Amino acid sequence: MQYHTPASFDEATALAATATGTTRFLAGGTDVLVQMRLDLVTPDVLIDVKKIAGVHDIVREEDGGWRIGIAVTGAEMSEHEGLCRDWPGLVEAMDLVGSTQVQGRATLTGNLCNASPAADSVPAMVAAGVEATVTGPKGSRRVPVEAIPTGPGKTSLARGEMISALHVPARVRGGGDAYLRFIPRTEMDIAVVGCGIDLTVEGETITGARMALGAVAPCVVAVRGAPDALVGTALEDAALAALADLAQAACNPIDDKRGTVGFRTHVAGVLARRVARIAYDRARENQ
Amino acid sequence: MALDEYKPQKGGEEFETGHDFKYVGTSPDRPDGFDKVTGRARFGADMSAPGMLFAAIVRSPHAHARILRIDTSRAEALKGVKAVVTRADFAGGLSGETWNVLENVMAGDTALYDGHAVAAVAATSALIARDAVKLIEVEYEVLAHVTDVDEAMKDGAPVIRGGAADGSVPEGLHPNVVRYHESGHGDVEAGFAEADLVIEDHFRTEATHQGYIEPHACLASLGSDGRGEVWCCTQGHWNVQKLCAALLGLDTSGLRVTASEIGGGFGGKTTIFIEPVALALSRKAGRPVKLVMSRSEVFRATGPTASASMDIRIGMKKDGTITAADGVFRLQGGAFPGAPMEMTAMCAFACYGLKNVRHVGYDVMTNRPKQAAYRAPGSPMAAFAVESVIDELCEQLGLDRIEVRLKNAAREGTRSSYGPRFQRIGLVETLEAARAHPHYSAPLKPGQGRGVSCGFWFNFGGETSVSLALSEDGSAQLMVGTPDIGGSRASMALMAAEVLGIPYEKVRVTIADTASLGYNEISHGSRVTYASGLATIKAAGDAVQKLCRRAAEKWGISEDAVKWQDGCAVPSGPNAGDFDPLPIAEITASMGATGGPISGHYEATPEGAGVSFATHIVDAEVDPETGKTSVVRYTVVQDAGKAIHPAYVEGQYQGGAAQGIGWALNEEYIYGPDGRLQNAGFLDYRIPVASDLPMIDTVIVEVPNPGHPFGVRGVGETSICPPLAAIANAVSAAAGVRMRHLPMSPPSILAALEKQAHA
Ligand SMILES: Cc1cc2nc3c(=O)[nH]c(=O)nc-3n(C[C@H](O)[C@H](O)[C@H](O)COP(=O)(O)OP(=O)(O)OC[C@H]3O[C@@H](n4cnc5c(N)ncnc54)[C@H](O)[C@@H]3O)c2cc1C
Repeated sequence: MQYHTPASFDEATALAATATGTTRFLAGGTDVLVQMRLDLVTPDVLIDVKKIAGVHDIVREEDGGWRIGIAVTGAEMSEHEGLCRDWPGLVEAMDLVGSTQVQGRATLTGNLCNASPAADSVPAMVAAGVEATVTGPKGSRRVPVEAIPTGPGKTSLARGEMISALHVPARVRGGGDAYLRFIPRTEMDIAVVGCGIDLTVEGETITGARMALGAVAPCVVAVRGAPDALVGTALEDAALAALADLAQAACNPIDDKRGTVGFRTHVAGVLARRVARIAYDRARENQ
Repeated sequence: MALDEYKPQKGGEEFETGHDFKYVGTSPDRPDGFDKVTGRARFGADMSAPGMLFAAIVRSPHAHARILRIDTSRAEALKGVKAVVTRADFAGGLSGETWNVLENVMAGDTALYDGHAVAAVAATSALIARDAVKLIEVEYEVLAHVTDVDEAMKDGAPVIRGGAADGSVPEGLHPNVVRYHESGHGDVEAGFAEADLVIEDHFRTEATHQGYIEPHACLASLGSDGRGEVWCCTQGHWNVQKLCAALLGLDTSGLRVTASEIGGGFGGKTTIFIEPVALALSRKAGRPVKLVMSRSEVFRATGPTASASMDIRIGMKKDGTITAADGVFRLQGGAFPGAPMEMTAMCAFACYGLKNVRHVGYDVMTNRPKQAAYRAPGSPMAAFAVESVIDELCEQLGLDRIEVRLKNAAREGTRSSYGPRFQRIGLVETLEAARAHPHYSAPLKPGQGRGVSCGFWFNFGGETSVSLALSEDGSAQLMVGTPDIGGSRASMALMAAEVLGIPYEKVRVTIADTASLGYNEISHGSRVTYASGLATIKAAGDAVQKLCRRAAEKWGISEDAVKWQDGCAVPSGPNAGDFDPLPIAEITASMGATGGPISGHYEATPEGAGVSFATHIVDAEVDPETGKTSVVRYTVVQDAGKAIHPAYVEGQYQGGAAQGIGWALNEEYIYGPDGRLQNAGFLDYRIPVASDLPMIDTVIVEVPNPGHPFGVRGVGETSICPPLAAIANAVSAAAGVRMRHLPMSPPSILAALEKQAHA
């Protein structure tokens, strides 16, 4: 096995493009190292991204958005005042990943690129409208994060391509996001269902809504109809019921050791209602 | 472990109770605490030897498969590989349980469960050993399998091993039923006819793992001279010595086994899995071999507890009197005989004085790993089923749950459901303490429910050998042979200090290796504080007698005229006051010149382990939208006989409750249709994490056991008997639907609620 510590994205993508055999990028390693120990993946080439300049930074963009470096850990996000103020839902989703020890290593980019259907930060990122810069030997492009995972463990990244940054949009006035997941325990568990939502309000009235679900389909599911259910309402019971119906209709889960199709679908509706109430309160406070 | 060892015992020697204590009953820091918090303690995987090799095991990916061919040549050709072993490298001609153990340690003709060991390699690094495992080619013929206890008893179920049944099994049962048990007294049908209400229900519990944090690990060395050494984490190293010697064809005394510090066992480390494999590899390679299991190997190939399918029928009068009780208990314990179904049967109704009672038990083989003991093996599931039915009876008859239990409770002189009459026992005292506890009458919030349950365990004595040597400065070295799995070194030091009259800190307790003491039974059956404690008190007493003799010789008076008081020899009777008290350190300072070193010894198989009872109270809250349960309040009330070290007694009480919460709510072995274990890791095998648990309140009841000099009853196992039932009763009350299948995971609670809504 070869282990590289490139100092630039150019060097990293060049290494990845010319590598033979199984290649993995190494950010926090909280997925990669576990998979290696379990003999699920035995990389021939391991490219550690943590020595690349700037990857540990959270930077405020001119338009008020945030650029999150690919080696920024969950713990660093939770301690970042501006990010916590603007995107509490995104931060709480990433904060659910693992324990205190895991939080010191795990990254948002790793959570996205591991492409687990149950990844906690991904529905929150989709709800927030986060985009990724994909960098490869042929240059860079910017894509919405929901375009990255294509199935369990699979991404749309081509050979030699990697993510070089994540972009969180500027927080508008009257906006608020939230994330909830269902696990049988209180900690250290994998989402049976996850639900992220971002709402904007004017006064009591919802003017914008974006929602996404995790662990109910092979990839994160953006619930496209969320605005139809919520915009123009003050989150009355009827609106919540419509939202729950939409969430349940968007589910395409499997039966497995973690939950049945029926259970996951039912809980998706429950979480949609609960998470919407939290985001609604946050949005109204943010006016 | 032979099941007989758990069978009830006749009373042994009787002791006076009601002592005043100086050290016993206090809670000083544990002697091993400093090592554990500083990292100096050495666990199973912490030992190394010069020239050591690393081993790895090849395991069956099939639930049931004939092994047609094992080709080790490619592995043997890999650079760094020093030895490969298969079944041919172990002793032949074994029978009975020793054969079962070998068959489990290394498969013979057939792989019997997913994870069953079929070969092993030793190499110069752990990575090479892992690579070599992948180079061993095993050709299998996959056979039909069965993993469910009820399915395994049905006509047409795949036969795990023909001819494995013993003489107890009635004709006409499936060959997978290998042992049968029936016991009871009175006439249950007549009893049911007297009842105002009879409830009969079916209950199921899934297999759970002890979940010890330290995976099995050992370092073994065996020469061609037949002399060997093993360092391993175990609950009983004499048992390791005996079994390994048999499996490798050695003299028992040729093997010296040392127990490391142990990161949890809970019964799961009362047998062997890897030690004989490391020894066989070492014998072949001529070098020491280290073998450490991964977590997934622990789940797939060590011993979880049995799963159970049970039918319970209980009749009650309107005033709460139980008129008859009947139970059928079917337990699977994997591909070997030994599921503790007679324990389940005998514990099921043991809390109550019954005129009419009957139990039937079936030990059933399936394609799962060989079950091992798990804290009060067999009892928790019995309590779950029985105490659930009692709860339903109380509910339907409008009776108070504790009053009904008190009305029927077993007392001194009661003929137990399993046969013998009880001596002095403390069930009534635990029920009265539970009734008086503020928890029992505290108001509940909406969505919450309260559950109560009692539980019973036999406790055990077993072969015990202890030695105590005094040093010149008057401090004491105590050697016991029972690995410390729950703070027992502290309890031993307290008991020795009490008898010798020296401070707790002056006693150093060592867990001696197998070459240093006579045979010691495993640390199981909640026997350590009882049996090693009794032996410690007697060994210290033996030393005291010798100390008194030295003083008598010095003073020139009769030995009978010297008594031991506060760490000093004191003249008594006609000689009282003739001489100044002679402190221990003065006697030991000159012992070399007054007759030689002073030691105390004791060996016996004590038979007066007092049975023990507990009553638990639980409040649970259920989220009706998701089926998720939170345990919001928990109180354990248990009889300890005498709590030698109260803080560690509380630890045992809380540990039993914590493991019970996991077993009741989320833990289970999940097998796929292919017979493979789906959740061989802590991610999907869900033991409770710290934030899942409430503060667990404890009440120590002390009804002294006349079979122990200080009144001790074992406390380690009884604490896991009531939780499954107490939690199920609380959850059923909170959810408004009776839960009869463990674990009560959120999907199962939601499904039960939905089913009830549609009924
Ligand atoms: C104990 C424990 C608990 C956990 N709990 C949770 C949980 O609750 N919720 C949850 O969602 N996850 C959980 N995880 C999984 C894991 O921690 C997260 O997915 C984490 O965010 C991964 O980040 P990482 O930086 O460690 O990724 P790594 O392991 O370093 O990488 C993960 C994947 O991303 C790829 N990758 C990394 N960086 C890039 C890049 N810049 N461009 C392209 N590909 C890249 C890697 O090649 C690899 O395939 C847990 C893991 C552990 C060990």
